[in-house]
Amino acid sequence: MMVSYINKYCVVAKERVVVDAEEQFTSKDDSFSAFVKEAFKQRNSSYPKFFKMDSLSKLGMLAAEYTLAEESTDDLALVLVNKFGSLDTDVKHQESIQDGDHFFPSPATFVYTLANICAGEISIRHQLQTENIFFVADQFPVKVVSAYADYLLASGKAKRVLCGWIDFFQEKYEAVLYIVSPEGEKQHTEENIASLFRTLED
Amino acid sequence: MISWKPVYIHERNCVTPLGQNIEENWQQLLAGKTAILQQDVGLIRDVFVAKMSHTTEWLREDANHGTLLERLLLKAAEPILKIHRPSARTALVLATTKGEIGYLAHSDPAGAALTVLARKLAQKLHVVTEPIVVSHACVSGVLAISVAKRLMQMGLYDDAIVLAGDEASEFVLSGFQAFQAMSPFPCKPFDKNRAGVSLGDAAACLYLSFEAGPFQVTGEAAINDANHISGPSRTGEGLYQSVKRTMLEASVTAKDIDFISAHGTATPYNDEMEAIAFNRSGLGHVPLNSLKGYFGHTLGAAGLLETVVSLQAMEQRMLIPTLGFEELGTTQGLRVVRELKSAPIQKLLKTASGFGGSNAAILIEKI
Repeated sequence: MMVSYINKYCVVAKERVVVDAEEQFTSKDDSFSAFVKEAFKQRNSSYPKFFKMDSLSKLGMLAAEYTLAEESTDDLALVLVNKFGSLDTDVKHQESIQDGDHFFPSPATFVYTLANICAGEISIRHQLQTENIFFVADQFPVKVVSAYADYLLASGKAKRVLCGWIDFFQEKYEAVLYIVSPEGEKQHTEENIASLFRTLED
Repeated sequence: MISWKPVYIHERNCVTPLGQNIEENWQQLLAGKTAILQQDVGLIRDVFVAKMSHTTEWLREDANHGTLLERLLLKAAEPILKIHRPSARTALVLATTKGEIGYLAHSDPAGAALTVLARKLAQKLHVVTEPIVVSHACVSGVLAISVAKRLMQMGLYDDAIVLAGDEASEFVLSGFQAFQAMSPFPCKPFDKNRAGVSLGDAAACLYLSFEAGPFQVTGEAAINDANHISGPSRTGEGLYQSVKRTMLEASVTAKDIDFISAHGTATPYNDEMEAIAFNRSGLGHVPLNSLKGYFGHTLGAAGLLETVVSLQAMEQRMLIPTLGFEELGTTQGLRVVRELKSAPIQKLLKTASGFGGSNAAILIEKI
């Protein structure tokens, strides 16, 4: 089997955006909505669709914006995982249908009641007409995701793979994205993937 | 080029309002029966939907406790588990979009988490590996087969139980209604007068291994449109690419494909998109059906359910007609099957598309 590498990574947690161990944005504001807006604007000030997205998609878009800056997106596949799926928005849709007297489901909310919409938004923004998948797991399944990414590379189904964890539920958020490639320096090993996730605890 | 170990499909099963196993469902399909009925679902009135009935005999007698979805999934897996005892290297891949979303109405978001359902099923099915949950809108069921194949070929597992289930809950019905995507009559895939989806409940299961079996998965791909989160691509690009890459992996051309089990949700835009993608792929003349007129759109279960039924059709050498279809309503030609007939199917193409710009295709060959 071929050897693969981790080219670049980005971690978003605790009002901070870290890219390749370097802090690129930090905010004193501890509300997610203010933080994500400010952090996204620093990278991209001209994507109005961003402001209409739900929190999960905003978080994914933010992490992708920093990870993919100055990166080729040629045949870049997307492999995402989280714990809560779209549950944060699911709760909002449920509130709109809970009571017969106040029954007002909205298509703009309902469309975000699927976890993979976050992958769809990232794909639209970066024109990833490529392999896409969204898994749900309690913890990042390192073995499954690394084997899946390596399969995509080895089979020629992708040139590089953007992998990671994008999780949002009731104001608690975590994002880790990294690019897996057939070329690079840092080997794509379980230990090296686990070390990216340790950045979440810093 | 790496040569991958071939992956075979063995036993398969499904549970829908039409029947408690594949044989019962098959008999109902041959008889042209639909599960779609006009009924109330919670606060949603007079909607056309294929719901499980609580008076269903097996449901009343079923010794399994738990929610409806859990029981459907266990019932679908039951005959397969009788034959294949999971080993320490057996994967469980679960495809679902909304899982136990009903728990939200009872203010229990933790109970609605998909991993809770997956863990419960793994335990009851005696699967010891960590379950893998694919939640990728309406392509989940097809994609779950690819996931199992890919991870087996990478050496992570020796075999896999692929399981899919979803419910036509108040949660999704209200959303599709808000989208004005619900048909005011039982859905009419690819028809001139189609006016939206009918949703349904279902669970399906199949077993994959490296042991030679009756069917082989020879190609698969899942390419995003990168175009719109809720509308299908006007050029069908993602589906076209998925089909193209599937045929490439399987080393087949358009003329080798005997049958297409399409997605065919019966929304105006989806069916039109599929017609464009199939014609771009040179598949406009291949006999095709949509099974949505029998089972409704069963969301994350649809792709797996339709694969299970299509495998039965391959085995029985029968083409199942597209219930609800009368007159072609797409701008590009399609050979929509409208009458039950006997014909061999050696190579089957199964496709699905869904929200988030998702598409998936898989090629299955009869051995």
